[in-house]
Order: sequence, then C-alpha cells, then structure tokens
Amino acid sequence: MTVAIKGIKEGLLVTLPEGEEWQTMIADLAERLDQQIAFFAGARILLDVGARPVTKHELTSLKALLERRDLALWAVLSDSDTTIEVAQALDLKTSTANVIPGRDTSEGSEVSPEEDGTAGVMIKRTLRSGRIVHSDGHVVVLGDVNPGAEIVAAGDVIVWGRLRGTVHAGASGDENAVVCALDMTPTQLRIAGHIVISPPDKRRRPKPEMALVRDSQIVVEPWHEDKEGLWARR
Amino acid sequence: MGAKVITVTSGKGGVGKTTATANLGVSLARLGKKVVLIDADVGLRNLDIVMGLENRIVYDLVDVVEGRCQLRQAMIKHKQFPDLFLIPAAQTRDKTAISPADMIQITDKLRPEFDYILIDSPAGIERGFRNAVAPADEVLIVTNPEVSAVRDADRIIGLLEANNKGPAKLIINRVNPDMVRRGEMMSADDVTDILAIKLIGIVPEDEHVIPASNSGIPVTLNENSRAGAAFRNIARRLTGENVPFLPMNDSVGFFQRLARLFTGQGE
Ligand SMILES: Nc1ncnc2c1ncn2[C@@H]1O[C@H](COP(=O)(O)OP(=O)(O)O)[C@@H](O)[C@H]1O
Ligand SMILES: [Mg+2]
Repeated sequence: MTVAIKGIKEGLLVTLPEGEEWQTMIADLAERLDQQIAFFAGARILLDVGARPVTKHELTSLKALLERRDLALWAVLSDSDTTIEVAQALDLKTSTANVIPGRDTSEGSEVSPEEDGTAGVMIKRTLRSGRIVHSDGHVVVLGDVNPGAEIVAAGDVIVWGRLRGTVHAGASGDENAVVCALDMTPTQLRIAGHIVISPPDKRRRPKPEMALVRDSQIVVEPWHEDKEGLWARR
Repeated sequence: MGAKVITVTSGKGGVGKTTATANLGVSLARLGKKVVLIDADVGLRNLDIVMGLENRIVYDLVDVVEGRCQLRQAMIKHKQFPDLFLIPAAQTRDKTAISPADMIQITDKLRPEFDYILIDSPAGIERGFRNAVAPADEVLIVTNPEVSAVRDADRIIGLLEANNKGPAKLIINRVNPDMVRRGEMMSADDVTDILAIKLIGIVPEDEHVIPASNSGIPVTLNENSRAGAAFRNIARRLTGENVPFLPMNDSVGFFQRLARLFTGQGE
C-alpha cells in the first residue's frame, strides 16, 4: 500500500496506509509531492492517518516538510484520540464531519457539482506570478490575478479584481463553468475544452465581465444591471 | 534598536542589485549615516569590486560564520567614508555555507553600531535569497522595465508577502525615457500597475554606470550622472525625507502603444 494523494474540493487529501512504517511513508509522500510540486504548490493538506497514533514530533516535522514545499497542513483526520489531541494542540482541524462529509463513503468526489455548488476556495489577496491554485470546486479571488499566476478549477472562477493571468474553469469538462472578473484581460482563458487569449487592445477602462461557453465558443459578456437577462440565457 | 536592515533583491539577475546596494550605501554615508554593506551573493561576489575594495579583502562572510575570524576583522572600511564598511562574500564557497539564522545573528551584532545595514542579495529564489531576506526590516525590489524582470519581481514580492516580509518597495532601474516616450519600453506606471507596491525610485539608463563600477567609484559620486542623482534621491527617501520624483514624461504607455500597433492605429 502506498500513500494516496487526491484533490478534493477542500484541498489535497493525503491518505496514509495503515501498518506502514511512518518514516517510509513520509519519505514516499515527499517524493510524490516533489514530482508534482508545481501542481500541488500552495494547496492545503488534509491528512488522513486512520487509526494510527501519531506523536507530536512526527506531526510537527511533517508539517515543516510540507511547509518547505509551500503546502499548508490544514486538517488531520484520525480515529485515534492521541492523534486528534496532538493535532488540536497544533491548531489543526480534526473534525471529520465538517471537513469531509464523504470521508467514510470512500469516493468523495461522486457528489454532483449541482448539490454543492457553493464549495470552493477563497483567496483573499492578489495572486502574483508563479502562484498556482488548483481546486476541485470553485475559486474566488479577492484581489488581482497577475500575469504568470494560474488558476485551475473544476468549477467557476470569480475574480474580484483584475484577471491578467491564466485561468481554466470547468477543468474537468464542465461546459457550464463561468469566469467572472472586474477587469477581464487574462493571458489565456479556458473553459472546459475551449480556449481563448485576450485581444491585445484590452487596455481600456476596466469593466466587469463574464466569460462563458455558448455554441461551442467562449464569449465574454459585460455585466450590466439587466443581469436577469444574462443569467436567464444560460 | 539601532540599525535598519535593508535587503536589495530582484528575482532576475543582472537588473542592478549590486549597483543599487553600492550606490545607496555611498549615498547614505554621504548623508552622515553609519552604514555596513553585506554581500550575500556567496560564490559570485562582486560588491567589493563595485565599491573599489577588492584588494583589501582578507576575511569574508563565510569566515565569520565558520569562526575563522571576528566580525570586525571581516569589515572593510571605505577609503573615502570612514563610517562605511563592507563585509564581502566568499569567492569559493556556495550559499549553503550560510544559513538564514547566521545572517540574523550577524546583523543583530551589527545593529547597535550602525544606522543602516544593506544586504546585496543573489538572484533567484533559493537559499541565497532566503539568507539575504531573513534579517530584513525592509526589502527593496530592483527591476527593469521589461516584462520578464517584472514577472520575476512579482514572484519575489509574492514570496515575501507569504513570509510576512512585506510590503517591499520598488526601484525601477535602467529606464530609458526616450524609449518610454516612443512607447517601446514599459513606463513606471506600467510596472507599478502590475506590482502594486510603493515606488521608491526610478533610475535612468546611464552610460556613466558601467565605467564607474569598473573603476570602483560608485556612480553616485559623479555629480553629472543622472543615475547617480536618482540613487541619492532614493537614499534620502530611505531616511524618511519626502523627495519628489524627477519628472519622466510618458504620456503614451508601452501597452497603449502595443494596443495601437495591434489595432492598426500605430504611428
Ligand atoms: N542604471 C544603469 N545604467 C546603465 N547600466 C547599468 C545601470 N544599472 C546597472 N547597470 C549595469 O548592469 C549590469 C548589471 O548590474 P548589477 O548591479 O551587477 O546587477 P545584479 O547585481 O542585479 O546582478 C552591470 O554591468 C551594471 O553596471
Ligand atoms: Mg549582483
């Protein structure tokens, strides 16, 4: 059994197999992360350790190992009281119920997007060059998305600011995904399998716009007060 | 307590970090400040050359860290300014010879005696960069008005913010006002529009800079140099003085010009 890494809407779910040596597993995990560091960077980690009791030292050093890779340990899921106590002492989330509702039903991602349409990540700052955000849900950015930054979301992407980086909404194939921004000048914009680049004359007065797929093509429409019309057409 | 530690960094190499560190050091010394410059570009030292102090090096930063000499012994006094010192980088060692904790320890020892400690950072985002920014109270980002340099600067600013080392201040170096006017180069506004940090100086492209560096007399000591004047202004802004920016007219920005070309409105 090896370490399982899986993107879920809350972040990256890392499941450590039972009965394996801790050090071996952590080394395995580090190697797996390093192979795809560009993909994972910036993500928050939910660690599922099963029934294993984990010591404070083990958890602290794992946390540091993740931080060195620009990953934040966010939650620890465990059936062991010792582990839960240790995790709580480190200010980590532990409650399985409100962290991953589907933890016990093995495949969490079967839940249909319609039902948890509001799940996603909120980023309350400007995403600068080199930053990459991946989400199995929606992504909301309260700030700019600078050139060189990248967002990949299975759901929608909303940017309350200037969108100048690269964005891929509906990345798992959802043609209904949309991208909204207060100033829509992305380096490249994709929705599901469609792709557009900004026309070079986009340096004009910023206005809020929404990009969506219509007739197999990405169109960008200004937001206006008659928004009922805009939404009704979808 | 004591000195302010200011790290000069950039992401991209060759944009003018060493030039800026040397000139700001000299300018601050001329303002009567006690200044020590630390070359943190271990393995690729050159601040000593630009400062004209290469021939006086006996000990370096790695010697201090590894206990082969006292901190005092590695500090080279400037020929003209008795309150200006340089701690050179090692020529032969790599950046892993020093840790961020070492840098904090060294600057803490220096703080009580100085007004400013300026650290010249290596390019990149690895160990050498982390060493250089670890002790910083303030970070100066040097960039050129070029898309690639701005991209790297943006990345560095993001890393600094993530480590609570912000907000950094920006120096735009090697601006050619004629090119900006013709719309062939990004203007200061184009650059700050993306980086969204406080601008502390715009340094023009200036042919006095390279000969000055070669002769070890930083260009700011040349009263005829526009770049030298810009560095003097930055130094005064660092001390808290409110110095107005030299006007650099750029009515038509680079991007606007680009847009015109693409839309067929080019001149
Ligand atoms: N304002 C300027 N005008 C002309 N040349 C410059 C200017 N600033 C820097 N240079 C030159 O650019 C080169 C790189 O500068 P340097 O300070 O060594 O960059 P860094 O330390 O960032 O690698 C040097 O040859 C330097 O003399
Ligand atoms: Mg240099």
